Amino acid sequence: MSTATEATEHVGKFDLSKPKGARAAKNTATTVFVYACGLLALIPLVWILFAVISQGLPVILNANWWIDDLTGITFRRAGGGALHAIIGTLEIGLICAVIAVPLGILGAIFLIEYARGTRWARVVSFMVDILSGVPSIVAALFVFALFITILGQGRSGFAAAVALVLLMLPVVLRSTEEMLKLVPDSLREASYALGVPKWKTILNIVIPTAFSGIATGIVLGLARVMGETAPLLILVGYAQGTNTNPNSSVMGTLPTMINDGRTQAESMPGYARVWGAALTLIILVMGLNLLARALANVGKVKNK
Amino acid sequence: MSNTDDFGKPLKSTSTDDLGRPLDDHAPADASVSPVAVAGEHHPSHAAPPVPKVAAREARPDSPATEGDGGRVRLAKVGKAGDKVFLGLSVTSAVLIVAVVAFVGLFLLSMALPSLMANQANFLTSREWNVGGEQLAFGIAGLLWTTVLTSVVAMMIAVPIAVGCALLITMFLPKRVASPFGFVVELLAAVPSIIFGLWGIKVLAPFLNPMTLWLQNTFGWFPLLGKGLSSTGTAFVASVVLAIMILPIVTSMSRDVFAQTPRDHIEAALALGATKWEVIKTAVFPYGRSGVISASMLGLGRALGETVAVMIILAQEAPGSPFNPSLFAGGETFASKIANNAAEFDTPSKTGAYIAAGLVLFIVTFAVNAMARIIADRGGVKS
Repeated sequence: MSTATEATEHVGKFDLSKPKGARAAKNTATTVFVYACGLLALIPLVWILFAVISQGLPVILNANWWIDDLTGITFRRAGGGALHAIIGTLEIGLICAVIAVPLGILGAIFLIEYARGTRWARVVSFMVDILSGVPSIVAALFVFALFITILGQGRSGFAAAVALVLLMLPVVLRSTEEMLKLVPDSLREASYALGVPKWKTILNIVIPTAFSGIATGIVLGLARVMGETAPLLILVGYAQGTNTNPNSSVMGTLPTMINDGRTQAESMPGYARVWGAALTLIILVMGLNLLARALANVGKVKNK
Repeated sequence: MSNTDDFGKPLKSTSTDDLGRPLDDHAPADASVSPVAVAGEHHPSHAAPPVPKVAAREARPDSPATEGDGGRVRLAKVGKAGDKVFLGLSVTSAVLIVAVVAFVGLFLLSMALPSLMANQANFLTSREWNVGGEQLAFGIAGLLWTTVLTSVVAMMIAVPIAVGCALLITMFLPKRVASPFGFVVELLAAVPSIIFGLWGIKVLAPFLNPMTLWLQNTFGWFPLLGKGLSSTGTAFVASVVLAIMILPIVTSMSRDVFAQTPRDHIEAALALGATKWEVIKTAVFPYGRSGVISASMLGLGRALGETVAVMIILAQEAPGSPFNPSLFAGGETFASKIANNAAEFDTPSKTGAYIAAGLVLFIVTFAVNAMARIIADRGGVKS
């Protein structure tokens, strides 16, 4: 009896038992919720991949898919390939990245390393906010009105790439900025204390530390840009033949190839090619993702 | 130097300032207050001179050491050229960004104004859209409703799940499971929007159909859930697809912010006997709140402007049909309206009408971003 009372008193003073009652219940509820969210987040990806692979795989396993274009092939005819669209997508994506990535990274460096907290940083930041609010279709409208209506040029892959730059730039810049913000000041200060000039500090200390985040940002930006359809529809159109010149005429790309055939009846070979193009596009973009992942891991090792 | 006596022991009297400082001074806020601006001012070239001076004083007068050479301490010359080039490059790109955005804005405004002047209908309250003939009559009320409805519903679905995923990655899963899981969620962002659209209308819409029918029949008295379309291309399906599209963005940004929670805060909470939920509530959420808000707003902005997926999924209502606020109705968003009519931009007045609609979308998105920024600046522990 007396020992029991003592034990209760002891527990009253230092309760080292596991949490009970409402606290434990809340904790369990959180755990269940969080795992449920994780499961829920995986469902769409698996589902989309299943839908695209199951319908697209037979199409892309044909060797012609990778070495042939659709010149002279209608929706009713089987055969042909997506070479024209693959070339177009890669070319436009590359032109876009070559312009947007340096601009975005340098802009972020200006914001964080040179102008942090100044009025200039606020102005640039404000403008990037506006740019990130530009819907792809409005960016396309702008380039259409400027290049085609006013300057009198025809449709071209380059015009589409310019519209895509407007979309990719804020993604690259914002993600780079966030990552540079997260680089601890002690690293910069240590570098300055060793007499390293600012630009070398940025190149050798700040950017390598933030590399994985910057790479992720670039990949997310590129993924967004390569899958964009609206600017391509308006600015470069769609061609069934191969066109490698970004400065002239219509050009096939994978998204516009999907858009071209999506309204066909499901029994048509042209409809099957839509899913083939979808799978090709996913393979392309996910391949880039894996590449960036590998690059990011290289960057991480350097930090340690 | 002054903290030790001749025997190398610490002198208590000189160090009382440090020891006597109350614990509160080490509160979390302190850690985040050391700004980079300070570091920027302490440029290495300014800090360098004192070192050679000390060395020179110690050197014997007869030694040939010249001033600045510093005897034993040799300081490498720090070139300024690299700094100038780098500063020039980054300033140029910043100026270029500002100039381009200003030009885009002014250009679009100058294209839209003539059409707005010629507009016969009330631009903000009308649901009419007649830009074909001589007489322009267009209004954005219907577009605005569908755009805001789909995006807000998408955000309401996506943000809780995204925060859950971010917590799962940072707090619950062991590291070797967490990073592949985070990668898989991020892969969702790699799926192009046209594929989301294709999947949404061909696969997801038929799957969701029984549920939407049940909701309409059971809660039909509520305007938002009222009777809608007979086709499957409803605003509801569009919202679900938009939610899936913004999920990886919100997840990865929230995860990054949560991962930056100071280890000390988490361990302090654990040491006080907090459960995992209490650690999240007291340490992780206060630190990451502003980041989660800005991530959600970024997602909302993406949802507002999403074009092709929505264009493929949403069924257009017949022209002149009465306004239906239901989630199960069809309609057009700003972006899908423009994309649906992309082939029509032949006259400047027509293009101007669509650009005017695009500008409104632009302003709505910008207002959302600005609001997020204000909230984040006010409420955040972190910048």
